[in-house]
Amino acid sequence: MNPLEPTRARPGPDATATFDGMPLRALPGQTVAAALWAAGVTAWRGTRGTGEPRGVFCGIGVCFDCLLVVNGRPNQRACLVPVRPGDVIRTQRGTGRDDD
Amino acid sequence: MAGAACALYAARAGLEVRVVDRGPVAGGTTGAGEGNVLVSDKEPGPELRLALLSARLWAGLAEELGAAIEYEPKGGLVVASTPGALAALRDFAARQRSAGVTAIPVADNQLTDFEPYLAPGMAGGVHYPQDAQVMPALAAAHLLRASGARSHPGHTVTGVLRTAGGTVYGVRTDRGDIHAPAVVNAAGVWGGDLAALAGTRLPVLPRRGFVLVTEPLPRRVRHKVYAADYVADVASDSAGLRASPVVEGTAAGPVLIGATRERVGFDRSLSLRAVRALAAGAVGLFPFLGRVRALRTYAGFRPYLPDHLPAIGPDPRAPGLFHACGHEGAGIGLAPATGLLIARALTGRAPEFDLTPFRPERFGT
Repeated sequence: MNPLEPTRARPGPDATATFDGMPLRALPGQTVAAALWAAGVTAWRGTRGTGEPRGVFCGIGVCFDCLLVVNGRPNQRACLVPVRPGDVIRTQRGTGRDDD
Repeated sequence: MAGAACALYAARAGLEVRVVDRGPVAGGTTGAGEGNVLVSDKEPGPELRLALLSARLWAGLAEELGAAIEYEPKGGLVVASTPGALAALRDFAARQRSAGVTAIPVADNQLTDFEPYLAPGMAGGVHYPQDAQVMPALAAAHLLRASGARSHPGHTVTGVLRTAGGTVYGVRTDRGDIHAPAVVNAAGVWGGDLAALAGTRLPVLPRRGFVLVTEPLPRRVRHKVYAADYVADVASDSAGLRASPVVEGTAAGPVLIGATRERVGFDRSLSLRAVRALAAGAVGLFPFLGRVRALRTYAGFRPYLPDHLPAIGPDPRAPGLFHACGHEGAGIGLAPATGLLIARALTGRAPEFDLTPFRPERFGT
């Protein structure tokens, strides 16, 4: 079932951003994490030590596990940041600053 | 931390040890510190002697306990922004050298060899290779484990047991009595309360400090770096806010920016003014930090005594009671030496050096 139906939501047009160069569509106000999940992506960070995959853990901005790079800024919490049209979103490896 | 170190050295001296803590391991000031093991900020005197002994003991403990306690012998770099501050710093360092500290002058054009991201225009500095760092919560937990002592976390001491003659023979806790011929008060900033339970006086008071934590970064700050004003702040008797920054990287990636000093009792509420002052000072030392996000801040309470020296040793007013508290902001660094000295006192052996400056009864009744 489309979750928009029971709430009779009439959202505005999708925003289009990119994730690692691929197009990523998002409803207005949808967070990066929600848009990535909707696109079937569940991991977008490699840990600092061994590069283990990470995605959403707490989902409410507390755990800092879902970090990624938005428009060149590392350590953005995917669960809090809304997708804006034209955003360039990238997987974060380590601190996300190695190429500073 | 002091308690864990006392447990370790007392156990190694052959004593049976029990550790009673009303909270979890490192739940008080230990867990709110940065893990400083510093000789650089201490002027010649009894505290420096304690710090030099402790720095050697930490190096030995690190060999024994491995990487688990995140011991980093990274060294300290103290920088002066003006020629006047540099002259004072060099003079201070010369006096420290005569007391056994390794303190190497660094010219202005050599500073970036030590810290490539340091702000330009500094007058010069001094390098202190004996300064080091541990992760304090891990260090306390591993020292406690290595001691083999039986631990009672979550047990609150509600009384100190004394005979009719006044001799201490154990403690009363909220879960029963523990009998022992000697009781060590390592209750940190709450050490005055514990002393009061034994009917004796130790005027330990809290001095609040905030630490600012940045997002994880690649290693950009290599030493413990602080401005020469810091030493004056540590020794200051001012109750008002002092905020000369100490900047350091950590094994996990975040940069720690410490630490403010204020006397505001046990008030834990966030002071935006304090953390702003820290951030501004840190950016003054390392301009790149201006483009880095601070993730969080935490606060703790340093246990200080009126003369800024800890209380270490037996309390003649309550035979059987020993004190190991009041280390102010240096408790992690000074813990092993404190533990060793307490173990010697407990077993009736001669101390490494004269404990007179640390006598618990020096403040009168």
